[in-house]
Amino acid sequence: MPELLQFLLSGITVGAVYALVALGFTIIYNASDVVNFAQGEFVMLGGMITVFAHAAGMPLPLAALIAVIATAGVGVALNKLAIEPARGAPVVSLIIITIGASIFIRGAAQLVFDKQIHRFPAFSGDQPIAIGGATILPQSLWVIAGALAVFFCLWLFFTRTLTGRAVLATANNRVAAQLVGINTNYVMTLSFAMSAAIGALAGVLVTPITLTSYDVGLALALKGFAAAMLGGMGNPKGALAGGLLLGILEAMTAGYISSQYKDAAAFIVILAVLFAMPQGLFGRKSTDRV
Amino acid sequence: MRLSSKATTLLILAAVIAIAPVFFPSSYYFRVGSLIFVNGLAVTGLVILIGYAGQISLGHAGFAGIGAYACALAPVHLGLHPALAAVLGAFLSAAIAFLVGRPILRLKGYYLAVASLGFGILVSMVLSNEAQLTGGPDGMAVPELGLRAALKAIGIDLSNTEFWYAFSGLVLVIGAWLALNLHHSPTGRALRALHGSEIAARTVGVDVAHYKLVAFVISAVYASVSGSLLALQNKFITPDVGGFMHSIEMVTMTVLGGAGSVLGAILGAAILTTLPQVLTVFQEYEQLMLGLVMMLVMIFMREGLLPSITRRIRGRGE
Repeated sequence: MPELLQFLLSGITVGAVYALVALGFTIIYNASDVVNFAQGEFVMLGGMITVFAHAAGMPLPLAALIAVIATAGVGVALNKLAIEPARGAPVVSLIIITIGASIFIRGAAQLVFDKQIHRFPAFSGDQPIAIGGATILPQSLWVIAGALAVFFCLWLFFTRTLTGRAVLATANNRVAAQLVGINTNYVMTLSFAMSAAIGALAGVLVTPITLTSYDVGLALALKGFAAAMLGGMGNPKGALAGGLLLGILEAMTAGYISSQYKDAAAFIVILAVLFAMPQGLFGRKSTDRV
Repeated sequence: MRLSSKATTLLILAAVIAIAPVFFPSSYYFRVGSLIFVNGLAVTGLVILIGYAGQISLGHAGFAGIGAYACALAPVHLGLHPALAAVLGAFLSAAIAFLVGRPILRLKGYYLAVASLGFGILVSMVLSNEAQLTGGPDGMAVPELGLRAALKAIGIDLSNTEFWYAFSGLVLVIGAWLALNLHHSPTGRALRALHGSEIAARTVGVDVAHYKLVAFVISAVYASVSGSLLALQNKFITPDVGGFMHSIEMVTMTVLGGAGSVLGAILGAAILTTLPQVLTVFQEYEQLMLGLVMMLVMIFMREGLLPSITRRIRGRGE
């Protein structure tokens, strides 16, 4: 039993990170119908910039803040320089553009920073906390609390603010949103900034546990993408559920079956879900217009 | 006399392959050339899937991996000749594509992308994890094809790099010929119809699911043969051949040069195969440049390089 609890706790920790990455996918997908494969690079940038700002002598919270803001800037640049000029391009082209962006950012990070593996100290020490026979790192609690806080803030943003509703309106129908006076270009830029910032925050939270280097983005993007897909692309609740489910699934497979095939288990389940429910667990059924 | 576009394409391709060696200062260029042809073959298969049928696959390296490891494993475990092993790999890839294709191809756009990606990742994971069989991440040796020795016996003595340049070039021309024939066949027309609009294709009686599957199986065989050639040529193979990055490279090459055109896609393969060789001097900048090229071409030349360029030239001529 403590074993199961242990796997569950570590699964939720990893799952929270996947959920944040998936949420980043969801926000951009809703605003622009683009699946941004550079989402994992935002997580990497969050971790790497914090590492180097901290090493340059800044206190950790300030370094983290700089990392989140700088990454949001990268997100805005990505939208302005690569996504907006390519509006109306077919899905395959958009996939290549964002994969190109992710390779570009990885290459830049390797030049600006280095190829080493880095970490910075956990926010509140490394003393594990015992819970019913299992243990959890204080940093894991930070990750889980961070993810929940992000979801709560986003929920407030989307339901309580005018800007948030403008984003929802754009996601629903771009032309109609423009007709009622919503600046959809601004909404898109905002969405890229938000999802980059969320990705960076995930990077800041998880780096003390998983460490970071210039090339961690790809794996995270794949998992986050899979999580978003599992929950139903474009659905924030789906992103949360998909991320947690994927994390727990991975931890269980690693614990009970084979740690080598933990990634395989995740993808097998995703394939199974897509075959049975092509719109994901929480996706809406849609009909194509002719 | 006006040549058909099919004949023109094949002539250009064959002429470039035949004439290029005149300008090669060292055997290293033969090696790069044969790498281009091997990639070009996989990419020709993707022209059928992406360019004709309009379906994306981010897991096609999985089939390349199956083809490559068939050449490594079948001679050791089944005692097959490497050439037969490559054929076996192609059949295996076709069978697997047939099995996974139908459920996967029901999905569209990003869903299809993630499902095919999942498939590719599963294959590469098996290749790197089943170490006792595949040598794991360290890879394994692949036996000689033996064709070069046979040629020597009849008096044609080629160096190793020259042989592989000629042989993979020949296979590429055959592959391109088959793909071009397909383009003009009823199947090709059905594929292009469903690319335009699945619903419209269905209303005129095209069995959409069947033709998608046909395109998927054919392109899987191309990828498999390409993987086999790579394995035989390198005489050594690692799981990277079946990895996610290789899948991405294949799709990028196809779309970069022009997914709708066999010649364009092969040009894309040539550029992306040569680029890292040129950039080794600036190794730190390699990823940066690659990412930049991918973005720029897709933003400013949506149909890919070759179609965009030919359109521009024709536009000026009129």
